[in-house]
Amino acid sequence: MPKSWFLRFGLLIGLLFLYLPILLLIVLSFNDNRSISVWSEFSFRWYGELMQDDQLLSAAWLSVRVAFISASCAVVLGTLAGMMLARFGAFKGRALFSGMVSAPLVMPEVILGLALLLLFVSLEQLTGWPEGRGMLTIVLAHITFTMSFVTVVVQSRLVSMDASLEEAAMDLGARPAKVFFVITLPLIAPAIVSGWLLAFTLSLDDLVITSFVSGPGSTTLPQVVFSSVRLGLSPKINALATIVVAIVATGIIAAGFYNARQERLRKRDEQMAQQG
Amino acid sequence: MAELIQSEMRHTGFLGLLQRVGLSGRALVMAIPYGWLLLFFLIPFLIVLKIALAESQMAIPPFTPLLETVEELKYQITVTFYNFHYMVTDDLYIIAYLNSLKIAFVSTICCLVLGYPVAYAIAKADPKWRAPLLMLVILPFWTSFLIRVYAWIGILSNNGVLNNFLMWLGIIDQPLQILYTPMATYIGITYSYLPFMILPLYSTLERMDNTLLEAAADLGCPPWKAFLTITLPLSIPGMIAGSLLVFIPATGEFVIPELLGGPDTLMIGRTLWTEFFNNRDWPLASAVAVALLLFLVVPIMLFQNVQGKQGGHP
Amino acid sequence: MATAQPSRTQTKLEPWRDPNEKPYVRIEKVTKKFGDFTAVDDVSLSIYRGEFFSLLGGSGSGKTTLLRMLAGFERPTEGKIFIDGVDMSNVPPYERPVNMMFQSYALFPHMSVEKNIAFGLHQDKVPKAEIKERVAEVLNLVQLSQFGHRKPHQLSGGQRQRVALARALVKRPKLLLLDEPLGALDKKLREQTQFELVNIQEKVGITFVIVTHDQEEAMTMSSRIAVMNRGYIAQIGTPTEIYEYPNSRFTAEFIGSVNMLHGRIVESEPDHSLIRSDEADCDLYVSHPGHAAPGTECWVAVRPEKIAITKEPPAGDNGRNQAVGTVKEIAYLGDVSIYEIELTTGKRVRVTAPMVTRRTEMPITWEDRVYLSWRPFAGSVLTS
Ligand SMILES: Nc1ncnc2c1ncn2[C@@H]1O[C@H](COP(=O)(O)OP(=O)(O)O)[C@@H](O)[C@H]1O
Ligand SMILES: [Mg+2]
Repeated sequence: MPKSWFLRFGLLIGLLFLYLPILLLIVLSFNDNRSISVWSEFSFRWYGELMQDDQLLSAAWLSVRVAFISASCAVVLGTLAGMMLARFGAFKGRALFSGMVSAPLVMPEVILGLALLLLFVSLEQLTGWPEGRGMLTIVLAHITFTMSFVTVVVQSRLVSMDASLEEAAMDLGARPAKVFFVITLPLIAPAIVSGWLLAFTLSLDDLVITSFVSGPGSTTLPQVVFSSVRLGLSPKINALATIVVAIVATGIIAAGFYNARQERLRKRDEQMAQQG
Repeated sequence: MAELIQSEMRHTGFLGLLQRVGLSGRALVMAIPYGWLLLFFLIPFLIVLKIALAESQMAIPPFTPLLETVEELKYQITVTFYNFHYMVTDDLYIIAYLNSLKIAFVSTICCLVLGYPVAYAIAKADPKWRAPLLMLVILPFWTSFLIRVYAWIGILSNNGVLNNFLMWLGIIDQPLQILYTPMATYIGITYSYLPFMILPLYSTLERMDNTLLEAAADLGCPPWKAFLTITLPLSIPGMIAGSLLVFIPATGEFVIPELLGGPDTLMIGRTLWTEFFNNRDWPLASAVAVALLLFLVVPIMLFQNVQGKQGGHP
Repeated sequence: MATAQPSRTQTKLEPWRDPNEKPYVRIEKVTKKFGDFTAVDDVSLSIYRGEFFSLLGGSGSGKTTLLRMLAGFERPTEGKIFIDGVDMSNVPPYERPVNMMFQSYALFPHMSVEKNIAFGLHQDKVPKAEIKERVAEVLNLVQLSQFGHRKPHQLSGGQRQRVALARALVKRPKLLLLDEPLGALDKKLREQTQFELVNIQEKVGITFVIVTHDQEEAMTMSSRIAVMNRGYIAQIGTPTEIYEYPNSRFTAEFIGSVNMLHGRIVESEPDHSLIRSDEADCDLYVSHPGHAAPGTECWVAVRPEKIAITKEPPAGDNGRNQAVGTVKEIAYLGDVSIYEIELTTGKRVRVTAPMVTRRTEMPITWEDRVYLSWRPFAGSVLTS
């Protein structure tokens, strides 16, 4: 903990600000009463209702499938793009490429959504593909905006990794493709995993871009949540929020413990090495 | 010639064939992400620009077709003026743009004021605390954005937690109208984008050489002065990166003003949404997007500059 | 400080003196530019089979770049490189008969020591049994037989260095490139490892090209040294040649410590040169062939350990190679003492003398008036 009371106070305020709203949702999700201001009794009522909501569940299933496919494709594209930016030196069109990669990181979603929709409509006019809008167009759009995040994660891992590892492999007779699969890929695997998780989360959570490119038959979870939230508070959404927070927190805490353990093992090994 | 034969002998099979026609594996690797971004990122923007210059029509899709004869193209140029001219003459758009910039700017300042102490505290914390604290900052980011915005409805509404709390304390006896005002939008944006401010700030502060401060203290500089003259100036890159990460997307924000702001909280993202979904005026929505992009060109370029410095190539 | 005197060159064959011997590696007029910046400038070199060849130079002098061109990681902007008679211009790194030991060692962190070493053999599709045998053999050579199953991060710095060496050696390359192989070790381990490296090289008989910025290291290990400065080669020669007969002020000052006496050439003959020195305020006689015309500005380089220091005027040689001055600084280093003498002209000269003077004479102390003298073959005339 920092020593100065001022910093402790600042940290506390910041963290309270971040967490109080989430805690409130969790508490409310167990309130039997519909109103926020009245606590009647502890119950799982809203979780039960959530499980009955077929529209919400099917939207959630679609979202998970979309997120899985998008994240997997985004990881492939993002890894290639990260390789290009970190390892290929000054290739032709590099400035344009790195611009295209980093723009989606900050680009307002309404612009990106509109642009992609207009692309799909124009493409359909010209070539007949993609036919209408639905899961395919959502996936294509999600790949496009999430691959930038994967690229950034992979690129920064590659930049911090010693490039002479790859040169050493090549020096020992491995061709570039083999170097990539046998040396580079295993070493950037942690970054690829975090990139995948990031892409998955972003895709699962996206409302604005999805709203532009989805069709009548394909409604994702955020779209359902948004339309019910627009009408005011909905206790079912509190229950959903609690489930999401529980999953994410478990995952992140587990990852934290895993990292701490790895770190401890590494330290122990290093000490052992010093002693010979 | 001898060289050519030699290199041909070396590369056999499919790869060799490709190489002989001038396509290396490297070029193939580059073609995939490059092609993807050209098709799904660059071309869409060109289409937006094109459609911003088109005429709205009652059809599916609701704009004049892409491929046209020269005669119609002439006609379109007058239409160009129409969409943009319409935006300039109608106060609604200008107010929405200025309002967006104002809201984004104020929220960025709020994030900076709130985020700096947090980032600084984590960077100065005992190393064994840093990872868990950082995890705490990142965790909300992994949970749903939509749900976190939604949580504020329960806090800010007239019979919400905040009003009840203040009335219980006796500070107020009438609920304050916060929800559905610009105030709620400020709070929502600050809340949602705070981690984007903290993370880059933290990474610059954490990298900073601690001996600089020790040297300053050694030279008789009191801590607050050392902070102002050393820490603060050296953390400017982090402040810029964080501010851009907040400001740019916040300018085009739709969900937060829609859920927390009132009907009079005009923001350009919302206007675009309305034009597109409610009025089905795609060309006008495109023109709004083009104008928004023009507003953001400078900050986006600045961001790319900052981004480029971090991820340089060897 | 006196530099360790090289000993191994005398006992070895010297193929570079034999005009009929074919060079094993030929670097022909190689230039490498990064944008406008010339990192390697018109370098030509021949390296012979079995040599232990050093590229010596300060930081940024282009040593690594030259080495990376040999390995194939950089393409020369101009010029060609031949290894064993084959033009390497279009040969990618993975097809060159060359292996490199990286400055950072570049051990694959996700593979055990054995897997690291076997990596290169796997690429060549060497049979499994043979791989096993050769890995064991080379592990034995670098004395790491018990460590085969460890991961790189479980090794100490010295052990990692030896794994890196083993991994490069096991492929039995025609040429082994080593970039600052001892740079990451502490001083004591470094000195010990220098001899180990030389022994291993003699055992396996592979041609070594090593990059170093440490002149003592280069002097101790090399058959020949190329001294690099700002991308060009200042001098190539055996350690003795470079130490005794530097061809430029740069080399003389870079290798060991040296006194530079400014002057002008008076006589330049096939067997000697005579220089009038304003800084030493005397005539300097150098018994090496003179190259420059009389009247040329020059410097005479004299190593501190070749200067005799006495309290009495030395006899004879009509005042040539003799100077008078006052002792300004003394440092006792145990085996030798260093004196800094201010000549009558104000020029400061450094002299090292072994500590035997202590008993035989009155010790020399601060502000003593002393006489400096040296033999005609001790100096070198440098015009650049
Ligand atoms: N890839 C590169 N791009 C630009 N400049 C480079 C590159 N590699 C090396 N240099 C420059 O070339 C010079 C020589 O570098 P190097 O060969 O590494 O020197 P040394 O190994 O002798 O210290 C340095 O000034 C370095 O900055
Ligand atoms: Mg180097």
